[in-house]
Amino acid sequence: MKHLTWRRVCAALLLGLALVSTAHAAIDTYEFKTEAERERYRHLTEELRCPKCQNQNIADSNAPIALDLRAEIYKKIEGGESDQQIIDYLVARYGNFVLYKPPVTARTLVLWYGPAALLIGGFVLLAVIVLGKRRRKAERYEGLSTDEQQRLAAVLNQAPLDKKD
Amino acid sequence: MKRLILLLPLALFLAIAVVLYRGMFLDPSELPSALIDKPFPAFSLPSVQDGKTITLADIKGKPALVNVWATWCISCRVEHPVLNKIAKLGVNIYGVNYKDDNAEAQKWLKEFHNPYQLNISDAKGSLGVDLGVYGAPETFLIDKDGIIRHKFVGVIDDNVWRDQLAPLYQAMIDEAKP
Repeated sequence: MKHLTWRRVCAALLLGLALVSTAHAAIDTYEFKTEAERERYRHLTEELRCPKCQNQNIADSNAPIALDLRAEIYKKIEGGESDQQIIDYLVARYGNFVLYKPPVTARTLVLWYGPAALLIGGFVLLAVIVLGKRRRKAERYEGLSTDEQQRLAAVLNQAPLDKKD
Repeated sequence: MKRLILLLPLALFLAIAVVLYRGMFLDPSELPSALIDKPFPAFSLPSVQDGKTITLADIKGKPALVNVWATWCISCRVEHPVLNKIAKLGVNIYGVNYKDDNAEAQKWLKEFHNPYQLNISDAKGSLGVDLGVYGAPETFLIDKDGIIRHKFVGVIDDNVWRDQLAPLYQAMIDEAKP
């Protein structure tokens, strides 16, 4: 009995998952002349971000603006425009926001190089601390200076004499 | 020196706190327009009222507000009375009826009063794409030469008009005078 209900739950979950995946992707029917063009269209709509919906690409979004932009991209691909031309067209209108990969500018420098700088900075800091500690340790074990050694020798040599006295 | 290093974590914490505190008041849905200081895109579209062709030349010459609206846009309904009020003050407003049904748009203008000098019917949204519109209402401020000076996304209410847009509009008027 228990086994059966467990199975049912599993089946329901699987069915639910199947429904979610079909409901998610926005489907348009565009006819492409070549497979390469279809691939370019797929790539572009996945690389470009929908201006309205913040965190969806143009391919996934069902927002009306994404629909328009998909149509626009399709038209441009069929019209023989290059990927870069299409991207420039959209950036001129919607700004760098539509790019999931923003270009390197003064404003995005931190975004691009910040993590690497932090990592390198971390390593430098680590090296400074470790080397500093090592040097201090080495200093401690260096033993006595020649002056101190002489004094020590003198004391050791004298010690038995002192005791006899 | 040693003492100062002990203060470093506190300083770091304060710096991060300030950045994050500022982040709380940023609106991620507000995109900077790529069109600021660029000319208003050329277009040739019918008017909402009588179907006569309107072009860029028709909206040049005077500083103006270009308001992107639609009857399906609920917040446009909230904004409309404010536009009426602004228009009464003598402000030049042009409308872009964005991806809308023309009959519905005409009905709307009859019912709620028409604050627009001209109303461009952008049924397919082509001008909208050229303007980088991603949702109505959006309002552009253009100067007498048709250069876009400012873009406001969202509902213009009395405060927005008084504090943000009116000073900019006045500045454009003053510029156009001499």
